[in-house]
Amino acid sequence: MEAEIYTVSEITKKIKDILEGSIPKIWVEGEISNYTLHSSGHRYFSLKDENSQIRCVFWRFRSNSLRFEPEDGMKVIALGNITVYQRGGQYQLDVILLHPAGIGKLELEFQRLKEKLTQEGLFDEEHKLPLPEFPETIGVVTSPTGAAIRDIIKIIHRRFPSVRIILNPVKVQGKGAAEEIAQAIEEFNQYKEVDLLIVGRGGGSLEDLWAFNEEIVARAIYNSKIPIISAVGHEIDFTIADFVADLRAPTPSSAAELAVKDRTVLLKEISSYSRKLLTIQSNLIKYSKQRVNALVESYGLRRPMDFVIQRSQRTDELLKTLIKSIKNSFEFRKKSLSLVLGKLNALSPLAVFERGFSLTRKLPELMVIKDASMLEVDDLVEVKFLKGKIESKVKKIEEN
Amino acid sequence: MTKSKSSTSGGKVSFEDSLKRLEEIVQKLEEGELSLDESLKLFEEGIEISRACTKKLSDAEKKVEKLIKIGQQFKTEKFETEEEE
Repeated sequence: MEAEIYTVSEITKKIKDILEGSIPKIWVEGEISNYTLHSSGHRYFSLKDENSQIRCVFWRFRSNSLRFEPEDGMKVIALGNITVYQRGGQYQLDVILLHPAGIGKLELEFQRLKEKLTQEGLFDEEHKLPLPEFPETIGVVTSPTGAAIRDIIKIIHRRFPSVRIILNPVKVQGKGAAEEIAQAIEEFNQYKEVDLLIVGRGGGSLEDLWAFNEEIVARAIYNSKIPIISAVGHEIDFTIADFVADLRAPTPSSAAELAVKDRTVLLKEISSYSRKLLTIQSNLIKYSKQRVNALVESYGLRRPMDFVIQRSQRTDELLKTLIKSIKNSFEFRKKSLSLVLGKLNALSPLAVFERGFSLTRKLPELMVIKDASMLEVDDLVEVKFLKGKIESKVKKIEEN
Repeated sequence: MTKSKSSTSGGKVSFEDSLKRLEEIVQKLEEGELSLDESLKLFEEGIEISRACTKKLSDAEKKVEKLIKIGQQFKTEKFETEEEE
């Protein structure tokens, strides 16, 4: 007997290698039974149908993808890998995604692609481009006939009319739509003259929106050097394009609102700036004037002025003194003049008359007689007194 | 090279830069550490920018264009939306 003997571990390992190596990631549909949410946060259950069951484990670290709370008896679809738990000797489904049953093939495809692109990092926040605050030119990838382009144009024109809008018209649904959308994004990247792209379409069924769930569109968005706002369908529709885009807008209209600021708000902002400028400026001028005035009033500047004022006052004083002294000297002279006049008066012959003397002059020649011998008897003489005069005739002469 | 290249990306100051400059000017003036001469200059610049920005916002709406690729080159032409019903 040359039969090979395995240890339990060896055979279990072999089974594990065979199972895990030959069955790829798979979707399994079944009904939940023996559901347990362990205190560790891991979930354990079985999926069964009429004839079989398979054990399943759903690790806690995957639970944020769970959109509902599973319970026994629920029909579900699980995406996962077959793994072997060596210690228990059991094979099980290591569940990655769990959905209620009844969702269609498209949804499964959506989940698969979403899972794949997440793994690849296409949705990473670090890869997302910041949107320009004031795009001058906006490229739009959508249908030329849909409501989306009309809404986008209307809103951009209302909010920021000077923005240039360039449409790259594409088919947004049906065969070839995804390829056209992807190509339009690439063309804008070659064209280079746009600052921002809006990629999207109006609402529709999951099938209508499908182009935006295609890998080729996702990769075109990811590779774009121009920031992209996705705008697919309505509020509730999430597409792969939304996850890759730099910003998801719930609708085409709101994409336009997110793309450009509202000019009425901006105008207010600008006018508040210019008001501020004017206030600051008028304050500054007022302040400068005050400073100049303060300087003019300052002691330093007043001193030279003071010097002048002082001198002119002194000049006035001197002038006054001068005038006064001239006046004084005039008075003095006047006084001395009257003194001289007094003296002159004393010498006047009239003063002699006052003392009783009289003047005798011979008529008719009025010769002053100082000596009796100058006369002869019967000469006529005039005798003048202080007051009045007489005429008389010489009667007798005594010479001596 | 390509005949459709226009001047949108070159030379002129973008609205964004203008608005930033305006903000900066107001801030500098508010700090008030400039000479009268400097602040008068900034004030004039600020008023000019705010006029230009206001004008830009009041500019007439641009015609919508359509991107057309011919061989390896691009051009744009006027696009008219087809009003449905």
